[in-house]
Amino acid sequence: MTDETERPITSTPLASLRAAAFWPLRLVMNLIDRPLTWLQATFGQRAMIVFFLLPNMAIFGIFVMLPLVINVIYSFTGGSALFLDDRVGVGFEQYQTLFDCRDFTDPFSCRQDAFWAGVYNTLTFMLLQVPAVALTALVTALVLNREMRGRGFWRAIFFFPVLLSPVVVGLIWKWILERNGLLNALLNGLGLEGTVWLGDSFWAMFWAIFVSTWAHMGFYTLILLAGLQSIPRDLYEAADMDGTSRPRALLRITLPLLWPTMLVVLILALIRAVQIFDEVYVLTGGGPGTSTQMLVQYIYQTGFAALLRNLGLAAAASILMGLVLMVLTLLQLGIAARRSREVAG
Amino acid sequence: MGAIRRFIFRRRGGDRWHWTDVVAWTWLILGLVLMLGPAIWLTLSSFKTRSALNEFPPTLLPLTTETRAVEGFDEPLELYRVTLEDGEERVLAQVRRVGIVAQMVDPDDPGERIEVPIADRVPVRTTELATENFTEPLERFAFLTFFYNSVFVTVMATVITLIVNSMAAFALSKYQFRGRGTVLIFILATLMVPLPVILVPIYVVINYLNLFDSLWGVILPTVATPTGVFLLRQYMLTIPDELIEAARMDKASEWKIYWRIILPLTAPALAVLAIFSVMWRWNDFLWPLVVLSQRELYTLQVGLNAFAGELNVQWHYVLAMTVLTMLPVVVIFVFLQRFITSGVATTGMK
Repeated sequence: MTDETERPITSTPLASLRAAAFWPLRLVMNLIDRPLTWLQATFGQRAMIVFFLLPNMAIFGIFVMLPLVINVIYSFTGGSALFLDDRVGVGFEQYQTLFDCRDFTDPFSCRQDAFWAGVYNTLTFMLLQVPAVALTALVTALVLNREMRGRGFWRAIFFFPVLLSPVVVGLIWKWILERNGLLNALLNGLGLEGTVWLGDSFWAMFWAIFVSTWAHMGFYTLILLAGLQSIPRDLYEAADMDGTSRPRALLRITLPLLWPTMLVVLILALIRAVQIFDEVYVLTGGGPGTSTQMLVQYIYQTGFAALLRNLGLAAAASILMGLVLMVLTLLQLGIAARRSREVAG
Repeated sequence: MGAIRRFIFRRRGGDRWHWTDVVAWTWLILGLVLMLGPAIWLTLSSFKTRSALNEFPPTLLPLTTETRAVEGFDEPLELYRVTLEDGEERVLAQVRRVGIVAQMVDPDDPGERIEVPIADRVPVRTTELATENFTEPLERFAFLTFFYNSVFVTVMATVITLIVNSMAAFALSKYQFRGRGTVLIFILATLMVPLPVILVPIYVVINYLNLFDSLWGVILPTVATPTGVFLLRQYMLTIPDELIEAARMDKASEWKIYWRIILPLTAPALAVLAIFSVMWRWNDFLWPLVVLSQRELYTLQVGLNAFAGELNVQWHYVLAMTVLTMLPVVVIFVFLQRFITSGVATTGMK
C-alpha cells in the first residue's frame, strides 16, 4: 500500500507528457517570479494585489468602460472622421435624425426607416421568440426530468444545437429552406405546395424566430432542468399518497416552484432577443426588403457596412439599445440577488 | 416474442402507459428528428455532387448516375436500366435526349442506336462521395488560412482568458483589501454592456491602438469576462486559507502561491472556463466581422459567411465548408458533453 503512494507521480508516461506540455509555461512563470518577489519585498503585499488585478481591470477599462464614455461623446458628434479630436459636436442632431418621423407606427414615414424597421422587427421577434423558447424549453425540461433510461443521451440531443456557431445554424437552415430544399421536397411528398420561404416577409420572420428558438432552446432547458431537480422529491411522494393526479401535481407543485427559475430564463431570453443578429443575418440577410432586419443589424450596417458610414448615428442607436438592455440586466441581477438571499435565509 | 415486447415496453412505475408517457415519447422522438436531422442532412448533402444537389426532390444519400466510356464518344455516357418493348431489361448508355425519346446505345456494341421513351428508363445509380467538395475549397478559397486564423484566435484568447481572469479571481478571493467591493461591482457592471452596445467605440479604440485588421484586435477586447472572474472566484473561495498560510510560512512568494498552489487546485473550474472560451471564440461572428477587413485575416465564421453571401452561391462548396467548420465543435461536444451540460447548469452561462 505504502509503495503505491510513494512512487513519484512523474513515472507514468501520461504524467511526464503533461509535464512536458506545461514546461514552457513553468519556465515563463518561474522567470516572472524573480522580479515579482522583488516587487513584493519592496512594496509589500498591496503591490501584488494591484499586480493581480491590473490586467483584468486594464482590459475592462480600455475595452468596456472607455468605449462606454466614447460612445456617449460620439453620439453627440457628426462627420465622417474616426478619431474623436477630428469630430464636430452636433448636439442632439443624431438623436433627432433617429426620431424624425411623421408617424411612429409606420417606419417608412421616418427619415431613418431602417432604424424603425429594426426596432419593430426586434420587438416582434422578442414578443414571439421569448415565449416560444421558454415554452419549448419548459416542455423539454419536464420531459427530460422524468425517470427514464438514457437521460444523458436525450439531454445531449436537445443541447447539441446550442454549441453550433450562428453562421453554421444560419447556413444549415438556409439550405433546408432553399427552393429545391428538403422542406419543399417533404411538403411535395405530402401533396402540399412548397414556396420560396425566405422570399416572403411573413415566412422569413417565422423562420428567423423558429431557427433561433431551435438554436437556443437547449440552453434554457438545462437551466430549467436544474430548477426542476431542486424541487424536493418528498413533495411528489406526499401528493402521490393523497392520490393527486400527475397533471394536477404539475400544476400545483412543479410550476409554482419552478417559477423563479422561469423568471431567470425569461429575462435571459429577453436580453438575448434584444441583441439578436448573427443567425438571422446569415439566414435572411435582413430580407426580403427590411422585413427581418434587426436593430443590431442597423447599427452594424450604418456604422460599418454602408458605403457612407455614419458612426455617430450608429452610436446614438446603440446607446438607445443599451438603455433597454441595462434595465433588463438590472432586473436580472435583482432577481438573482433576491434568490440567493432566499436560499441563504 | 412476448418477452421481447415486454422488455422493450416495460417501464418503471406500473405496466400501463399513462397518456403523459405517450406525450413525452412523442416529444423526444420529434426532438431527435428536429435537433439532429438538420445537421445530418447538411452532412449528407455536403457529399453530393453539384448536379445531385440541384435535383428535386433530393435523395437522402449522395447518389450519382453511373457513367461509362463508350467507344466512339468523347465524353463518358450515363448508364440507364431500360425496359424494352418485349419486356427485356438491359443496361444502355444514353447518347442524347430528344423530347420524350432518348437515343441509346449498348455500351458493349455501340454501333446500333436504340430509341427508348424516357418513361421506360431508370438511371443506374451508385453512392458516390463527392470528396472534391472538401478538397477543392482547401486549395482555392484560402480555407486553410481561415482555419489557421480561427485556431490562432481561439487558442491565444483562451490562454489569456484563463490567466487574466484567474489572477483577478485570486486577488478577489484570497486577499482582504479596501475597495474590494468596488472592484467586484465594477466587474459586475461590465455585464450590463454587451458587445453590440459598444460596437462603434470599441472599433474606435481598436483604431487608436492600431489593432484594426489584426487578429489581436479580435482577441483582446473580450479576454476579460465577468462570468469567468465570478466562476473562478466562487471556486477559489472554497480552497482553505490554511494552505496559503502554510506556504507563506515556507517563504513562498505571493506569485508562487498563485501559480503553484491555487491554480492547480482550481483546475476543474479552469477546465469549464476553457471549454466555454473555446466555444465562444470559435463561434464568434459579429466582432471579427467588424474588425477584420482583409480576406486573408478572416476567421472561419466570417470567411464562411462571406463565401455563402456571394452572388452565385456554390452550395456544394459552402455545405462542405460548413461541415468542416462544425466538425471541431461536434468532436468537443461528443467527448466533453458531460462537462459542458453540467457547466451550463451550474453557472448559467453559455
